[in-house]
Amino acid sequence: MLIQHLDPLASSLLSLLAIASLLLSFVMLGSRWLKNYLYAFAAESWAIAALSAAVGFYGGYPELYFVAVLTLLVRGFILPHLIWRIIRRLDVDREIHEILQPSSGIVIGGFFVMFALAVSYRIAATLHLELTIAVLALTVMLSMKLIGFLMLAVRHEAISQILGLLVLENGIFLGTQVLVPGMPLLIELVILFDLLVIVACFGVLVGYLLTHVGTTSSLELRRLVG
Amino acid sequence: MSAIGGLLLALALAPLAAVLLCVAARKPRFVEAFNLAASAIAFGCSLPLPFLIDGRALTFWHDYVVIDRASAWVMLCSAIVYLLASIYAVGYMRLLQEEDRLWQFYALFAGFGFTTLVAPLMNSIGIYWIAIELTTLVSTFLVAFERVAESMEAAWKYIMLVSAGISLALLGTVLFYWAGSFVLGPSYQMTWDVLAAAAPRMNPALTMLAFLLVLVGYGTKVGLAPMHSWLPDAHSESPAPVSAMLSGALLNTAMIGIVRFLGITRAARLGDTPQLVLVALGVLSLLIGALFIVRQRGIKRLMAYSSVEHMGVVALGFGFGGTLGVAGALYHMLNHSLNKSLMFFGAGNMMRAYGTKEISEISGVGRRFPVQAGMWLAGAVAITGAPPFGLFLSEFTIMRAGLTPSYAWAVYAMALLLIVIFIGFLNQFRIMYAAAAPAEMPPPGKVSAWCAVPMGLALLPLLVLGLWWPAGLWTYLTSIAATLAPGSP
Repeated sequence: MLIQHLDPLASSLLSLLAIASLLLSFVMLGSRWLKNYLYAFAAESWAIAALSAAVGFYGGYPELYFVAVLTLLVRGFILPHLIWRIIRRLDVDREIHEILQPSSGIVIGGFFVMFALAVSYRIAATLHLELTIAVLALTVMLSMKLIGFLMLAVRHEAISQILGLLVLENGIFLGTQVLVPGMPLLIELVILFDLLVIVACFGVLVGYLLTHVGTTSSLELRRLVG
Repeated sequence: MSAIGGLLLALALAPLAAVLLCVAARKPRFVEAFNLAASAIAFGCSLPLPFLIDGRALTFWHDYVVIDRASAWVMLCSAIVYLLASIYAVGYMRLLQEEDRLWQFYALFAGFGFTTLVAPLMNSIGIYWIAIELTTLVSTFLVAFERVAESMEAAWKYIMLVSAGISLALLGTVLFYWAGSFVLGPSYQMTWDVLAAAAPRMNPALTMLAFLLVLVGYGTKVGLAPMHSWLPDAHSESPAPVSAMLSGALLNTAMIGIVRFLGITRAARLGDTPQLVLVALGVLSLLIGALFIVRQRGIKRLMAYSSVEHMGVVALGFGFGGTLGVAGALYHMLNHSLNKSLMFFGAGNMMRAYGTKEISEISGVGRRFPVQAGMWLAGAVAITGAPPFGLFLSEFTIMRAGLTPSYAWAVYAMALLLIVIFIGFLNQFRIMYAAAAPAEMPPPGKVSAWCAVPMGLALLPLLVLGLWWPAGLWTYLTSIAATLAPGSP
């Protein structure tokens, strides 16, 4: 298994990229401008693409180069571009009704990371991997998951929700690259294209929301109760 | 390629061909016929499958497709609902006056039929996840088909909640794969069988975490409380044939995944915790269902909460485990699919006839539509679990399965909540049937035979299955129990 015998340089490079991705999700959590969200998301995807390539190089998985290129293309350029087009159509550039101040959001995100670290450490300890990069990968994976859910919960613009969903997926993808680099290629590819389809569907749906409901804020979606 | 392979191919290709033909032809009467033909072929192909398959699982196409007795059973449930809903859709969709967009509806509907039919066949846990995700994407646009504010809101909540929920299932899937990689090496085919074989040597803590994530993820799709909140909105705002498909076909398709993962945890010897969590979610779903059924005002939301309740019952059956529990739960799936189709068809007809979704504004159903009202009321009695219908037998079997010292509390809770639901549900029907119709109401619209016949087609097997549980069916279901819950008494 790759993670048990990584040389120190590889290990620190992977750690650096994983931590960079985590920090970028904090940037998303702490910003209220939709454009900044988008840039942070694109940068996060680039970091993950670099991580894929690094794992491919140090672990000897040549197919991961292919995954890295596709990740860069799909997650790093096409998805942000699609979302960019939705934002332009919407004419919204920031969150208007904030449930939670961005600063409080960051503090809560910090607690989530601590929780994720505690869980990961315990899991890794039962596998005797507590001194490897597995702890970090698992922590980043779980905390990006939690941060994504936090973003879904406290943000109301349709775009922020789509981006929150994509952060959830990015977290899983990052963890997958480090923990299970040998996962069948077909599945990784299909999941990548699945993401494209999801975002395209969201784009269509946002258009419908705008024409038929007149708002893209989920705060206004409150007709169906009980 | 054996006969089974040919049947599976026909079963998958028929709805796909219907999608293409709908997009190509676009004529309202043609697209109806394409979808109807596809659903008839799918039903025709899935009906003989349970008889052809012996105890062993067969795999096709490089192990990506598996057909065993469990997947054949779930597919049969989906195919029945798909056929009934397609017949019903012909009549119902003509009422909506959307002739121009009808081809979009049928293309999506056939696509939805396709995804629900093939998802249980997926052998790789990764591909299964993608198949379930695809069912969401296709059905979102069916939920949004009516293009009014309510259905948009429902569609948005549906895709958002389910995508977020199902991403947890993806995380669980990755962790399962990771847990397996300590046993099988970094690269292996992530099929159900391979994982179950590796399970006894997988790390228990990691497997438990993975299972809980998968349970919450697919549980969102199944509509188990407290992850059910998308379900009443999506089921009530979509066109009635789509509601029937969502409730009768889609929920089972996701449930079978939970059950297969539960089988892996049993092989991993994690103790009772996974089953206990499933039982707890089941009881909670029954509780939420009961609370919202009693105070419900919308007719289709009433049916939707009843789906939450019945998925809770199915979860209880699989959670109790053992031969009785699993066989009862599988039998309940079929009965619920038939019955809920009947209920949604009736609700759709009444909604159109009275022009409202509110229970309080529907009155004198029995006098206005004697035949349909009779079938709908019989369905209402059936869905509350009263004899002589199939659901009584399956619920009773599930209760018997749970009468062990560790789960007796759940059975008592289930019995109590089912009684509450019985009273609450039939009280809603009392309002609609008994109250005198106001004099100034316009005469109700006519309901075409397309909309009435499928109700009868659903009711008849329901009655037969309640009076007679064939011995062959019992052996069939118990053999599934042996494969899904290895090592159970």
